[in-house]
Amino acid sequence: MFDFTVVTNWIDALLLSFLPGWAATLVECVLVALAIITLYAVFAIILIYMERKICAFFQCRLGPNRVGKWGSIQVLADVLKMLTKEIIDMKNVDRLLHKMAPFLVIVASMLTFACLPWNKGAEVLDFNIGIFFFLAAGSIGVVGILLAGWSSNNKYALIGAMRSGAQIISYEVSIGLVMLTMIVLTGTMSFSEICQQQADLGWNIFRGHVPAVLAFIIYLIAGNAECNRGPFDMPEAESELTAGYHVEYSGMHFGFYYLAEYLNLFICAGIASTIFLGGWAPFHVLGLDGFNHVMDYIPGAVWMIGKTFFVVFLLMWIRWTFPRLRIDQLLALEWKYLMPMSLVLLVLMAVCVSLGLTL
Amino acid sequence: MSNNNYFSGLFSGIKSLLVGLGVTMKEFFTRKITEQYPENRKELKMFDRFRGRLVMPHNENNEHKCIGCGLCQMACPNGSITVTTEMLDTEDGKKKRSLVKYEYDLGCCMFCELCITACPQGAIEFCTDFENAVFDRAKLVQQLNKPGSKVAEKKVAPKPEAAPAEKKESNPETPTTV
Repeated sequence: MFDFTVVTNWIDALLLSFLPGWAATLVECVLVALAIITLYAVFAIILIYMERKICAFFQCRLGPNRVGKWGSIQVLADVLKMLTKEIIDMKNVDRLLHKMAPFLVIVASMLTFACLPWNKGAEVLDFNIGIFFFLAAGSIGVVGILLAGWSSNNKYALIGAMRSGAQIISYEVSIGLVMLTMIVLTGTMSFSEICQQQADLGWNIFRGHVPAVLAFIIYLIAGNAECNRGPFDMPEAESELTAGYHVEYSGMHFGFYYLAEYLNLFICAGIASTIFLGGWAPFHVLGLDGFNHVMDYIPGAVWMIGKTFFVVFLLMWIRWTFPRLRIDQLLALEWKYLMPMSLVLLVLMAVCVSLGLTL
Repeated sequence: MSNNNYFSGLFSGIKSLLVGLGVTMKEFFTRKITEQYPENRKELKMFDRFRGRLVMPHNENNEHKCIGCGLCQMACPNGSITVTTEMLDTEDGKKKRSLVKYEYDLGCCMFCELCITACPQGAIEFCTDFENAVFDRAKLVQQLNKPGSKVAEKKVAPKPEAAPAEKKESNPETPTTV
């Protein structure tokens, strides 16, 4: 497997050759930030296009097909439109919080985005409590949503924000428990070590067999709810709440919510592929050495992004199949079904690991 | 008992969710029904029940089936049909109503199809043309009977068809207000 640290070390050495240590670090930080923001924007555009096409196909339509070949630059046109739109100053809003909320959401989304391991040695934020950090940073987004609802001085926005808050906080319980289940299996919280382990020993979903597969399904459900996406897009139930917490936002402030929603989908899928499907680890079958060797030639980033888009497709499939749940059904699903199940899974996984039943 | 409900509900719920996923996955691969209109104008075929505009079909002898009874005019809620008739003497000395002009205003038609339901002769129908836009409202008023056309003579009715023939004879007398 190609180790990306070769590249980063080379850049580091190059910068150090003519810059003092602090300046080199500063330049590297800026470079990394640029790379992350660019990737963020590019993936947002790809995801929005993908969502519109896949949604259309599930509904027996064609989707955007007028702007560019197969509508490929439709999203670009939409982005330009969004950028040129006026950000309207509302009269009776809490000005500071109203302007701060979208930035909190996007900052949380970018922080979690930086946690994804793109390749061997190409992790941006990687330390021994990686998963813990991911959960903590992801929770900042809820603050942004609640603040947006509160500061908008609008009852629809407030109800939307409250529902969203209740939903995200509830489903975070499941996410946390499922992640705990997988940490029991891997024994580490660091994303890079989790990936390395899976490259050496096989993907977690195969290693953990039954509990891991069930955990994967629970993660998909809870992750979908975490991203505020259908069938759990309660805060945006447009028939009751117009647009939910972002009803008072216009222009690029709304664009940030839109961007963050899609990127959260990508991040949710990316973490699923990291924890369950091996991250950048190639697909190996025990005993088929020739096959494994060929698989090793595919770069880790391709594996990572491919798996992530596979999970994104699963999530979109779920979204465009099921109707929206009512708020009490939504919370009942979490507290009566998913949470007890993930607790049982945690115990099951612990038993499996302690008895050596994992593969 | 509640335990039973919990688990059976859970499993039946999962099953129905899987059925739903299966349906959408099948839909994902079916041929899409979107019509890309201006491009496929040549091969685009509207479905048969589409109500584009009212027409009066004529046969190859330039004959239509309208007897000028005016039922369609009375059935129309919007007054978009105007039937003009005249009384003609037939060879056997009877008076008979005959159609002069059948005017249809597409501009105030609401495509309810009440006129077609009302017609005792099946003389009018909706065609599937949908490119009806014009630049002048006056052009929306169309004459449906072609110039020089006349009503198709019914063949001499055999015995079983005596009843409809009788009805046809009585028809011209009833709508006196036309």
